[in-house]
Amino acid sequence: MSGTILTLFNGLSLGSILLLIALGLAVTFGLMKVINMAHGELIMIGAYVTYVIQSLFLKYVPESFFDLYFLLSIPIAFLIAAGFGILLEVSLIRFLYKRPLDSLLATYGVGLMLQQLARSIFGAPNVGVQSPGFLNGGLTIGNLVLPYSRIFILSLSILCLVAIFLYFYRTANGRRVRAVMQNRQMAECLGVQTRRVDLGTFAIGSGFAGIAGCALTLLGPIGPTIGTYYIIDAFMVVVVGGVGALIGAVVGAFGIGFFNTIFEFFTSATIGKVLVFMLIIAFLQWRPSGLVSSRSRALDE
Amino acid sequence: MGKIMNQSIFNKKNLLLLGFIVLLIAPLFLTDFRLNLLGKYLAFAILVIGLDLLWGYTGVLSLGHGIFFGIGAYAMGMYLKLEAAGTTKLPDFMAWSGVQELPFIWVPFQNPILAIILGIFIPVMIALLLGLLTFRNRINGVYFTILSQALVVVVVTLFVGQQGLTGGTNGLTSFNTIFGFLLASTTTQTVIYLITAAVLAMVYFASKVLINGRLGQVLIGIRDGENRLRFLGYDPAIFKTFIYALSAGIAGLAGMLFVLQVGIISPTMMGIIPSIEMVLWVALGGRGTLIGPVLGAILVNWAKTTFSESYPDIWLYFLGLMFVIVVVFLPDGLMGLFKKFQKRWSGLHDKQPNSTRVEKNYS
Repeated sequence: MSGTILTLFNGLSLGSILLLIALGLAVTFGLMKVINMAHGELIMIGAYVTYVIQSLFLKYVPESFFDLYFLLSIPIAFLIAAGFGILLEVSLIRFLYKRPLDSLLATYGVGLMLQQLARSIFGAPNVGVQSPGFLNGGLTIGNLVLPYSRIFILSLSILCLVAIFLYFYRTANGRRVRAVMQNRQMAECLGVQTRRVDLGTFAIGSGFAGIAGCALTLLGPIGPTIGTYYIIDAFMVVVVGGVGALIGAVVGAFGIGFFNTIFEFFTSATIGKVLVFMLIIAFLQWRPSGLVSSRSRALDE
Repeated sequence: MGKIMNQSIFNKKNLLLLGFIVLLIAPLFLTDFRLNLLGKYLAFAILVIGLDLLWGYTGVLSLGHGIFFGIGAYAMGMYLKLEAAGTTKLPDFMAWSGVQELPFIWVPFQNPILAIILGIFIPVMIALLLGLLTFRNRINGVYFTILSQALVVVVVTLFVGQQGLTGGTNGLTSFNTIFGFLLASTTTQTVIYLITAAVLAMVYFASKVLINGRLGQVLIGIRDGENRLRFLGYDPAIFKTFIYALSAGIAGLAGMLFVLQVGIISPTMMGIIPSIEMVLWVALGGRGTLIGPVLGAILVNWAKTTFSESYPDIWLYFLGLMFVIVVVFLPDGLMGLFKKFQKRWSGLHDKQPNSTRVEKNYS
């Protein structure tokens, strides 16, 4: 029984991490049809930002305030990753809007460069980030221990989801974003500045990658390739969920998280991955364009 | 018009023939080490032709050709491993992981002919299956690309995880003989090199025939306007699946030739980074031309060998930068650049008389 609960909890935890990563992807892909392969490296940037802030705190700030570093690093990671996102959009992606496969390759190139940059600055070996004190230990239920860090990530991803939802569905800016998503030309005709919407949305999507990176430091040491480890699963979330609405990403993330954990529990880590992939292919036979797809009369979507 | 065409084809033919002759006489003037490297590049060049048929001509981008290449290489490696095992009938790494009996998957690879057939057949079957399941549902463009990359992750984890079956992260290495000939000897290596060059030429000409025929026109039609083709009564899914499987088979063939010359195959050589590097070779050389990607593969790998000998750190920067530059500034690759200059030289920078070309559409 406790094993089952633990498996479920782990699935929930993996799902929440995937959701945190995929949220940014779903936003950028849904809006601009741009696959940002450097998203994983934005996660890496968020993780290293956390590492740097932690190191600064260890050096300059009295020990009693040390735990605050983590709370501080979440917004800073968001801002820095968003900054990188803006840089990427302005310098590269905006030239490639009509060519999704090309933008995929170009951003992949950027990702490789960022990885090597991190390797040059921080060294190839992984670095550890000391978790803040209030996230050590775990919640004890019966003979189970649910780590606080994982519970924190779960709550963080729910918080981010709510924030994105409120932004998209309850603000004027969000309405503009959805308008551009549904019909770019019509939105433009009605006076929406699509370039600004693109830029802003891309920045937000990138910023959430930064937060995801920040959260990943709680789970273990970080390295230059930390992003690539999760990014493909996150892309699968987008493929399964579709890009019509946020709910798709939520269902996709927790679905993949759960099945991954369950399959791994009953078989092995490697066979589990194979089974999840087959399940995704099977699912796509039923819903080729994902769980939630935006309907349109356009021939080529 | 006809005269100009004939002349340019004549020139191209001569150049190609010249290139092939240079490849054939390369063993006379290259050291063993350099010849071995060139052979490796030629194996990559074979793979790249298949990838170009898929991406350059049909507009389907696969980031997963590393595994087809890898499976071909493993198939050949398994045979070599079994031959090296000799009388014990059990490869060395299996004994280390405590496997007592030859696993049934390995049994067919005792026969070299069967191993070669399977090295092509297995990639073709995987590609057929994935192609049918995706293209038929109109899962296209970036979605297919992402799925093809996920396939890489799955297969690589599988190969790493099944230590006793595949040799795990170490892969397959320390081969001894092939058909009884010592693999390390200069003569064997030269023969294998010549076979690789011959296979490259054959794959090249077969692809040329295929592209110049009706099928080639259909493929280009799919790339530039899939829906129009569908309305004309063609089923793009069938063609895409066929080309995907064909290019997977070519990749398997290339993998077999690769392992014979490099002497090792491991999961890192078929993973995500190698798979995407292959795409860069096509892009840099010029997608949608057959000779471009071949030159791209040779050039980039030559650069990689030179660079990583002296500055291993810079290679990844260079690789990343090349992706960006090629995609943004050179969408038609080096061949596109070459054609531009050629036009300028011959004063044909005005529109061609029969300018009915459709804009290439790699969406």
